[in-house]
Amino acid sequence: MSHDHPHHHDHDHDHDHPDPHAPRKDLEDTPPTYHQALADAVAELLIEKGVFTGGDLRNTIEYMQGRTPELGAKITARAWVDPAFKAKLLTNAKEAAAEIGIDTGPAPLLVMENTPDVHNVIVCTLCSCYPVFLLGKSPDWYKSREYRSRVVRDPRTVLSEFGTDIAPQREVRVHDSTADMRYMILPMRPEGTDGMDETQLAQLVTRDSLIGVIEVSAPA
Amino acid sequence: MGGLDAGPVARTEHTFEPWENKTDAIVRLLSNPKSGPLMRIDELRRGIEDMGPGIYDELTYYERWIASVANVLIEKGVIHVDELGRKLEEVKARHTPASSPEH
Amino acid sequence: MRFSVGDEVRVRWATPPGHVRTPYYCRGLSGRIERICGQFHNPEELAYGRTGDTVVTLYRVRFQQKTLWPDYTGPEKDTVDIEVFEHWLETAQ
Repeated sequence: MSHDHPHHHDHDHDHDHPDPHAPRKDLEDTPPTYHQALADAVAELLIEKGVFTGGDLRNTIEYMQGRTPELGAKITARAWVDPAFKAKLLTNAKEAAAEIGIDTGPAPLLVMENTPDVHNVIVCTLCSCYPVFLLGKSPDWYKSREYRSRVVRDPRTVLSEFGTDIAPQREVRVHDSTADMRYMILPMRPEGTDGMDETQLAQLVTRDSLIGVIEVSAPA
Repeated sequence: MGGLDAGPVARTEHTFEPWENKTDAIVRLLSNPKSGPLMRIDELRRGIEDMGPGIYDELTYYERWIASVANVLIEKGVIHVDELGRKLEEVKARHTPASSPEH
Repeated sequence: MRFSVGDEVRVRWATPPGHVRTPYYCRGLSGRIERICGQFHNPEELAYGRTGDTVVTLYRVRFQQKTLWPDYTGPEKDTVDIEVFEHWLETAQ
């Protein structure tokens, strides 16, 4: 599994390598950090003990890498064009998503609809629960102390840091994902998109709008 | 951590590294009912909390995960300290170029 | 199931050691049952490798921001919905 060799552990990875085709640091010469080695060691012991196979591990990594915000965007666009689908999505998200071939994962999923009266935003103050099956792995900021501690106490200021100003007549509703539910926001369809088809609409939907920190805008 | 004082949200993200994806997959496989489940997400979280509040500043997200996984699996007798110690040395040795002196 | 949608409930004040899923910031405070999420194994047991024989009802409780944070400066109508297990809830006085 040479492609699995750990490399340098830098969260600004992309900034260090602005050119994706530039030669990378010689991976073979970079000793793994303690935790990188621990991941390899634990994985190998579990494979040796028959808990899972190397194939299970590779398949799971690949499957999870295929979980991207495009899935949440696809669900959103369908809800915007199909009222029956939307109604089902808001009452039984798992079944609705399954109808269009999307697996929402093992945890129950609740979809919260943004309306002219309510703006919803999600957080997990206890750990970092996130709808990973629909949006992929969560961004670092979602897991940060700053986001988790402040969005439940001062959501309007946090939203404004994302460039989202919610009118005072709209309720801001924070969903703290503390236990067994996972959440996704159904953003409002922007004005001026009447002529767009489902595929075009899906392209407008960003990950952050499905977390609820921004709204979806019409193309300029 | 809800409600504690903190500064502005820095909108950071990074591309996940292979070992982070691997750690994520290990947790998903262990918490899958097909494996028992051998280790539930609740045990993972508790394992992180057991490391103390300072761990949030000392380790990154997936570093906390793999550290907790190792501790919980040891606690449950799924893996043993001695075999993990030996395996860690084996992994490290694999990454040490043959020509370079020991440490 | 002890509570119904719309009931006013109070989160018990308690600070046990160990793993709990009830955020500190809502303990001792009142809100209304927004929905019943279903029944789940108690995470306070699961966290220690025990499943237990019983399941616990999980609710979503809606709190007014002003209840959670008396110094909240945003509109009165702003809320936080939090998942809380039944054994942490009591009828609000």
